[in-house]
Amino acid sequence: MIDVISSIKRGWLNAIRHIDFPLLLITMAIMAIGLATVHSATLDANERMLSQAGNMGVAMVIMWVVARIPPQKLMNFAIPLYVVGLILLVAVFLFGIKVNGAKRWLSIGFTRIQPSEIMKIAMPLMLAWYFHKFEATLKLRHYLVAALLLLIPFTLIAKQPDLGTALLVGAVGFYVLFLAGLPWKIIVGLLTVAGAAAPLLWGMLHDYQRKRVMTLIDPSTDPLGAGYHIIQATIAIGSGGSFGKGYLNGTQTHLEFIPERHTDFIFAVYSEEWGLLGNALLLFLYTLLIGRGMMISAAAVTPFSRLLAGAITLGFFTYAFINMGMVSGILPVVGVPLPFMSYGGTALVTLFLGIGILMSIETHRMMVKK
Amino acid sequence: MSDFHNPDADIPRFRFRLGFTAALVLLGFGILFGRFVWLQIIQHDFYRTRAEDNRIALIPIVPNRGVITDRNGVVMARNYSAFTLEITPSQVDDLEASINTLSELIDIQPKDRKRFKRLMDEAKNFESIPIRTRLTDREVAKFAAQRYRFPGFEVKARLFRQYPLGHTASHAVGYIGRITDRDLKWIEESEAQANYKGTDHIGKTGLEQRYEFELHGQTGYEEVEIDAGGRAVRSLKRIPPVSGNNLQLTLDVKLQEITEKAFGERKGSVVAIEPATGGILALVSNPTYDPNMFVDGITPENWKELNEHPSKPMINRAINGAYPPGSTFKPFMALAALEMGKRTPHQAISDPGYFTFGNHTFRDDKKGGHGIVDMHKSIVHSCDTYYYVLANDMGIDNIAKFMAQLGFGQRTGVDLGKDDSSESKGVLPSQAWKKQRFKKPEQQKWYAGETISIGIGQGYNAYTPIQLAQATAVLANNGVMFRPHLVRNIVDAKTGEKRLIEPEPLRDLKLKPQNIDVIRRAMVGVNTEGTGTRAFAGAGYQAAGKTGTAQVFSLKGGQYKESAIKKELRDHALFIAYAPAEDPKIALAVLVENGGFGAQSAAPIARMVLDYYLLGKYPKGAAVEDSAALEADEHE
Repeated sequence: MIDVISSIKRGWLNAIRHIDFPLLLITMAIMAIGLATVHSATLDANERMLSQAGNMGVAMVIMWVVARIPPQKLMNFAIPLYVVGLILLVAVFLFGIKVNGAKRWLSIGFTRIQPSEIMKIAMPLMLAWYFHKFEATLKLRHYLVAALLLLIPFTLIAKQPDLGTALLVGAVGFYVLFLAGLPWKIIVGLLTVAGAAAPLLWGMLHDYQRKRVMTLIDPSTDPLGAGYHIIQATIAIGSGGSFGKGYLNGTQTHLEFIPERHTDFIFAVYSEEWGLLGNALLLFLYTLLIGRGMMISAAAVTPFSRLLAGAITLGFFTYAFINMGMVSGILPVVGVPLPFMSYGGTALVTLFLGIGILMSIETHRMMVKK
Repeated sequence: MSDFHNPDADIPRFRFRLGFTAALVLLGFGILFGRFVWLQIIQHDFYRTRAEDNRIALIPIVPNRGVITDRNGVVMARNYSAFTLEITPSQVDDLEASINTLSELIDIQPKDRKRFKRLMDEAKNFESIPIRTRLTDREVAKFAAQRYRFPGFEVKARLFRQYPLGHTASHAVGYIGRITDRDLKWIEESEAQANYKGTDHIGKTGLEQRYEFELHGQTGYEEVEIDAGGRAVRSLKRIPPVSGNNLQLTLDVKLQEITEKAFGERKGSVVAIEPATGGILALVSNPTYDPNMFVDGITPENWKELNEHPSKPMINRAINGAYPPGSTFKPFMALAALEMGKRTPHQAISDPGYFTFGNHTFRDDKKGGHGIVDMHKSIVHSCDTYYYVLANDMGIDNIAKFMAQLGFGQRTGVDLGKDDSSESKGVLPSQAWKKQRFKKPEQQKWYAGETISIGIGQGYNAYTPIQLAQATAVLANNGVMFRPHLVRNIVDAKTGEKRLIEPEPLRDLKLKPQNIDVIRRAMVGVNTEGTGTRAFAGAGYQAAGKTGTAQVFSLKGGQYKESAIKKELRDHALFIAYAPAEDPKIALAVLVENGGFGAQSAAPIARMVLDYYLLGKYPKGAAVEDSAALEADEHE
């Protein structure tokens, strides 16, 4: 009997061996808020919340699996995943399904996949592996090669066109470069060039993308068109005040003024009902999440682990910052979900892959030390 | 970890960089927090108001419908403003009870309730629907004091269409009514949906329908903020509507009234045209109806009565009634014979009083015949035999070919109804027509014997009064044909700018002047020495005319005795005329259903029209005398 209990206990301990509890608790807290907000945003379609809970379960299983893989093994995935991701992106470019004028999806028989999503993980994995490999002999040309590895998928995604995802993938890749020690001279130089090239870049943007930037500057120019999202979301946030209108009481939400309430604009729903206090709480939770990620990164023992953990963590920040920035009207509207809050399975799986990797890095380090 | 490089050497740099990004994270979240403070604390009041007043509504402002006047500026259709009490059903909990309470305050008739129910069934989404129209000031005041008791009830000032002349010229002006599904389709086809937001009436017949998109005007908009109760809080922007264009007609209302009065209880039609332009001076279809009945939504009882009345007042006989022209066809036959070289004016026949074709005898209406008859005499005395022979000589297809040029059996294109198909074509018989008209092969064949009675305007011949008037106008106008039309100018309500509906000739028949002259002299003869003499005795002008009597009832060779035949089966009386003969100012066709002889009942009406139009003479005594004479005729 005691044997049974102790073997169950051992099994349990083994199962949770690679779980990082601070990380788990923080993400679960954010997800709990997210679920409640999805419920408020989709009162008339309650199956949304249930299916989101299902998504979370699946994503957490994936997290659990990934967390058990030691970082050394993860390195082996770097090149294959990157190459597969690249091939799929080319496939999208060639045979992708066009939805709303953008080719982002690839049909694989029973379902559709969005290969750009794979790149969100494959990119930092690949670059972290690359810098790990050449760490000892790092020269300028290595940065150039890394930049190339970054730019190819970035361009393919930007061409779909999906500027939001391209920027995210690009950002995550750049974080690896930066953390790996990309010289300041080059960073400053790049920023200068970017500043100078901005007008040129402006010319390369699609009309709808330009419109988004223009409506950001003055949403009232197009109150019923592109500016509608921004105006209504801003009204929702502003009318929430210090303590919010109360859960399920958001008028902007429930009179359906907020577009894409349960996905990209979920923050407006949350913010309207919970006010500044709620926002502060959410920002605090994200800060905790990022802080924990940075701790893991700082403590990691190999360059690969450090870079990967740092880039993934900064990726979380980037998602959160861009989403909340766009919903509150200080960034253009790009299709970026709010991490662990927005409805959607694909994004959750990607996010928990990241969490799983962080946990793997953290827990395997401790085991090495033991 | 295959390298020999000491990774720990890089750790301080890495940690510095990580710290740097941590600072960026804090900065980024700091910016967001600052933004939230700005929105949720500093700007909170502004956004709270915005959220509360969020719903911005565009309220359409319906333009004033164009006014219709006659050629002298007499108003035939106009708008007046009146208060209506309207209910938005979606805002009322217990409709029945609320209306009952309201009826203690304001007089609400069962018919008002009925109409409200009907409109509610037809209405879309959240429109407000009138329960009472034309409230008195007293009623408005009463309601205003008690308004709080009636959420969802509202007094609105609305423009109503009014036809001040009532029955007069209603077949020309037409009427407007509430927009139905069929009208919606029309609006969609015309791609005018946006402009009809807020409009609930539309032209249903006549000019009101034909010129709908001229009369309607441009809808304006008011952008308003709406509170939770659905009431407008404040106006943000107002784009005023542009009134519809006014129509100035070619019609002379006085002439129209006189003509309609001349009909009395009789059924029939008169179309009078200005030959030089095609402008219609009078368009009568008797009986008429009062278009004002339709504006508020006609009651089912009235609708039933109008539609089921045996005299069919809703039918516009001028354009939709097809009648055999009878002897009024003869001048056109004679002209055809001259133009096609089938007769010379002096070529004469000896009329025994009948014409035999095969084993069938066609009778002249004068027993024993007219003796020696040339073309002039054939018209003046309306000799049938002459035209039996002529029709036989010409053949049906030659007749049809010439008559088609004169517009017989074809739509004139008069500007009434939704489009040209609102007008009837009538029947211009020909071999091709018969083949198409009938299904069985034995019926499809044209028999030569059928041509004979075509010559005197009987048989399959069936034309609308407006076709007959148009053909007469062509005679008067030396062979140049115009499209008959009722609108002379379209007047911009704002600038007063007039758009002339150009009287452009449809075609020139290139008739030989000497031929026209023969016909004219003969038609003048009708009124001086022939069948129209009595009616035109003492006229101060020379009028060219022709009487006609069209059989409704086949006599099968028997004697026609008016008094022995039921009134509905009596012959139709016709008269065509133009005057002054040398310089025609007016051409017309008169049809009196079951009026008997054209000379007796139709010609006097033509005389009245001409007297008024040419001499300005009102038919005061004349009208009385005429109806007395008619009485006498009927009792003969």
